Amino acid sequence: MATAKEKIKYVGSPLERVEDNILLQGKAQYSDHLPTRAGTAHAAILRSPHAHAKINSISINKAKSHPGVLDVLTGDDVKEMSEAFLIVLRAPINQWALAVERVRYVGEPVAIVIARDRYIAEDAVGLIEADYSPLPPAIDQEEATKDDAPVVHEAAGSNVVSTREFSYGEPEKAFAEADKIVNVKIRYPRNSQTPLEGFVVNAEYIAGEDLYDVASNYQGPFTSHPVMSMALRVKNSQLRMRTPQWSGGGFGIKVQIFPYVVLMCLASKRVGRPVKWVEDKLEHLAAAAAAPNRVIELEAACKSDGTVTAFKFDQLDDYGAFLRAPMPGPLYRMHGILTGAYDIKNLTVRNRVVLTNKCPSAMVRGFGGPQMYYGIERVMHKVAVELGLDPLEVLKKNLVPAGVFPYRAAAGALLDSGDYPKAVELGVEKGHLADLKKRRDQARAEGKLYGIGYAAIVEPAQSNMGYLSNILPHEERQRNPKGGAAANATITVDPLGTVSVTADSIPQGQGHQTILSQIVADELGLTPENIKVNLDFDTAKDAWSIATGNYSSRFSSATTVACYKAAQKIKDKLARIASQTLNVPPKQIGFANGMVFDTANSENSIKFYRAAGAAHWTPGALPEGMEPCVRETGSWSPPELESPNEQDQINTSLTYGFVFDYCGVEIDRDTGAVKIDKYVTTHDSGTILNPLIADGQVFGAFAWGVGCALYEEFVYGEDGSFKTGTFADYLVPTIHEVPEPKIIHMESPSMVTPLGAKGIAEGNCMSTPVCIANAVADATGEQDLTLPLIASKVARIVHGEEPPPPSGDKVEESHATDGRLRGDGETAVPAPSDLVWETLLNPEALAAVIPGCHKLDEVEKNSYQAEVSLGVGPVRGKFRAKVALSDIIEGKSTTLSGGLEGPLGTSSGVGHVVLSEEDGKTIVTYDYAIKLSGTVASVGGRMLEGAAKALVKQFFNRLTAQITGQKDSGSSSGVTTNGLWAFIKRILGFKS
Amino acid sequence: MPQLSKDARHPVSCTLNGKEVSGYAEPRMLLSDFLTHEIGITSCHVGCEHGVCGACTVLVDGNITRACLTFAVQIDGCQIDTSECLANADGELSDLQKAFKKHHGLQCGYCTPGILMSLTAYLKENQDPSEQELREILSGHLCRCTGYVGMVRAVLDYCKNKTT
Repeated sequence: MATAKEKIKYVGSPLERVEDNILLQGKAQYSDHLPTRAGTAHAAILRSPHAHAKINSISINKAKSHPGVLDVLTGDDVKEMSEAFLIVLRAPINQWALAVERVRYVGEPVAIVIARDRYIAEDAVGLIEADYSPLPPAIDQEEATKDDAPVVHEAAGSNVVSTREFSYGEPEKAFAEADKIVNVKIRYPRNSQTPLEGFVVNAEYIAGEDLYDVASNYQGPFTSHPVMSMALRVKNSQLRMRTPQWSGGGFGIKVQIFPYVVLMCLASKRVGRPVKWVEDKLEHLAAAAAAPNRVIELEAACKSDGTVTAFKFDQLDDYGAFLRAPMPGPLYRMHGILTGAYDIKNLTVRNRVVLTNKCPSAMVRGFGGPQMYYGIERVMHKVAVELGLDPLEVLKKNLVPAGVFPYRAAAGALLDSGDYPKAVELGVEKGHLADLKKRRDQARAEGKLYGIGYAAIVEPAQSNMGYLSNILPHEERQRNPKGGAAANATITVDPLGTVSVTADSIPQGQGHQTILSQIVADELGLTPENIKVNLDFDTAKDAWSIATGNYSSRFSSATTVACYKAAQKIKDKLARIASQTLNVPPKQIGFANGMVFDTANSENSIKFYRAAGAAHWTPGALPEGMEPCVRETGSWSPPELESPNEQDQINTSLTYGFVFDYCGVEIDRDTGAVKIDKYVTTHDSGTILNPLIADGQVFGAFAWGVGCALYEEFVYGEDGSFKTGTFADYLVPTIHEVPEPKIIHMESPSMVTPLGAKGIAEGNCMSTPVCIANAVADATGEQDLTLPLIASKVARIVHGEEPPPPSGDKVEESHATDGRLRGDGETAVPAPSDLVWETLLNPEALAAVIPGCHKLDEVEKNSYQAEVSLGVGPVRGKFRAKVALSDIIEGKSTTLSGGLEGPLGTSSGVGHVVLSEEDGKTIVTYDYAIKLSGTVASVGGRMLEGAAKALVKQFFNRLTAQITGQKDSGSSSGVTTNGLWAFIKRILGFKS
Repeated sequence: MPQLSKDARHPVSCTLNGKEVSGYAEPRMLLSDFLTHEIGITSCHVGCEHGVCGACTVLVDGNITRACLTFAVQIDGCQIDTSECLANADGELSDLQKAFKKHHGLQCGYCTPGILMSLTAYLKENQDPSEQELREILSGHLCRCTGYVGMVRAVLDYCKNKTT
């Protein structure tokens, strides 16, 4: 048996996770499994099919009277019951939990149905009739900055709602004295790590207490708690937020559940019972949140030896339709380290925030880092190329040198520890870069397209809550200075000496329970199995602050410290108790192997549980002045996190790790597909608390980095329609696309945290996309690279633009290229043209011919209104169609215009039909161009053309049957077409 | 074929993880909703609801099945297995589950029960699969946390120990 002195250390060991037993058995209760009380109602949300439109009217009567429906709320109700959400900027950008007067992005919540069950609620959503007047949208973020662009928020006057300029050092001098100025312009795409579990909210308004009680998978930061409580017009204590222990992934995105928390609270208040809502994947992809797409123009002032002396940043970040707290965080979270891993003293920055008619942007893993480092590491690569130097040599030449830590970066980051050149050498050596270079040479000798890319980044962790105040000028900040970041953890030792821990980290699978149990076991001389860590969270009972939550790699340098501090307090108390029994001063007391002992004589000891038990069983015998029981909360905010200074310098995060990556990629010459041949990632993340978990975080961040580099992007049409509403459209890497990277560790303990740990979970989100892009640049020689580097994009680089087809071949325009579904064709109907004409213009006959048509009325001359059921792929629903005929040449031709509108989407289009007669048959010639938006465009994109053809065929079959009196056989020989229905559909405005 | 009325709740019985259970479902109720909200198990996780992510995978009469693409009334009389049946009665994890734990093959655990069920069915038929074959079966599941590394290591380790 080990003696008391032989203390086992758990921190730093690859302990298997305590979380895994319940997760592997499928017994964990995620938010959708939480108990709900009898009578709980369920919500479904009607969402905008338009990127930008005025809401003319919302008719809810049919939905409200649908059996099982309790109530329906619209923006008017929500505006009456709540305040607009607080935002960071002082700008008139008002947002409520439902759209008020206008819709500003596809997927924006417009109305909510509360019903007995979710199925009924969704049925009733289909019965709401919302009437819109579409407005021109602002979609492209650079176009949106122009004077003549449609304005997303008229009251704000412009889409550019914030511009800030910063200057550090002597940038003008550096640029004037530069041997060369190298610049890049990058366009970082919109993407998100898309947790598999979506948002879940259970909300109950408790009237007797005027209290909202919410259980959800919200992840913090709790800066948005007051945003919610103020919207609900209650004090903070009247909004009780609970989160369960288990959450199916977060990656920052679950911060953005807060508008839905408010919505469900209001719904519960209205119907007088709890309301539950579970987000589906289309809702998530279209409307949850996205990392902001960013345009960066970055200039580097260089000496001819590759030394970079200054950066000039011009950043334009697209926040979509609304600024939601804590936006525009991604633009400012990295501010202190805008010089990355490099010793660059001179810097200018212009930051602009632009709004567009897209889903609001928000926190996503990496939080501003992927965008910024894409600019920095692309420009460093290009510096090497333009100066004829090796990219790795340029990288090394500019690194913050060894021996200068703590190092104050130009914009204020206090880099706490590290040895960047040594980490690079370690990576080069242990990752066998020399072999990779040989591999590249050999591949190139064989005629292959092969490249090597590098990236070096500084990975920040634990955000300074004052970083966003840099968006205000110094004078304004002074009135209400912000800085710091508090963390809390509580340890309880019960009467039998068992230990339990609660903390404010709100994890989504990172293994926080395991790591906290390791820390507490080490401090109290126990084993991790004996530490019960419970990380479900309750604002009504747990210690919390605005920084509470799981984001910006906060855990390993914040919550762990609070827990460590709580353990110190427990030790102090138990040492004082034990000192009475052991007759030695408290300072001489140690903790190991379940014993509390005299460090000078380990035989002089008592069991841990007896020392702790004394505080419960015999409080009267405790040292004088000591309070009974054993429960201590550790709270911590590091002094290094100060408010921005007069020069706008700010230490944006507490700890700064270092990551150095390189990779080899091969590009398929035929397809343009990028294959990652080898990937090496070297991390200095300070002290590693659990190597198994640390590597898991690296693997996960890397996989998302691969997704960002090669596959993932939220795509919008020019009209603002959302095109990537399924996992068949928004491409997430599967196991085939993610190779195993080689991970190399180095440990330079942080000097600003007692445990020495830094963040490790975001580094590869920042380094991997640009490392892969640099390798593609090396392989192809192309420097203008925009992510994701999908095969077709790379193929265009390799082969050039596709040549025009041989003359005479017709080019079919696809809906994918301009957002319009187009088609034309002709078909023969075995009947005279006057009969066909009559049928087409006869409401009753036409109703019988249009597939899915329930009724068709002529509202005025040559203007029709119809109800039709249509479906594309998984989407099926009822639509209201309006069609008007114009340019009528009786019996010969007409122009049709109109559209479809329904809960699943809208369309509008124009078509032309010309009839001519030939051999007793009518030749119908038609063309159409339809614009689609809403759900169908989001999830049915790949099926639209096929569905259109099927509908056209069906239409002509039925037309023929109608005219000839035959029964529609489904494949009437008289109709050989693939077009007319498309025309109707386009008239009707729809596909599917 | 049974005649079902669209607005009626029909009795549905099945053997779920070795126990007889029954509940009621409208014809349109998804199996995933039935298992979670009618029966009350916690191992059928709804991820995408369009059959791509695989989080809701269960075994229906031993066949790998997406519960989000199956109606509850289709499984009347069937045997349904989820990850809740893999550990023994004392809660001791199966060897495959232990391998996942050892190699950190899961983080948030949301995709894990579905992955375990696909592997369970597959490994029953293929005792000695190659890594490529295992990757094929795992490619039917999306995981956003792990980068798949731990789960590949886990299942390779499991297979190696199984055959030695």
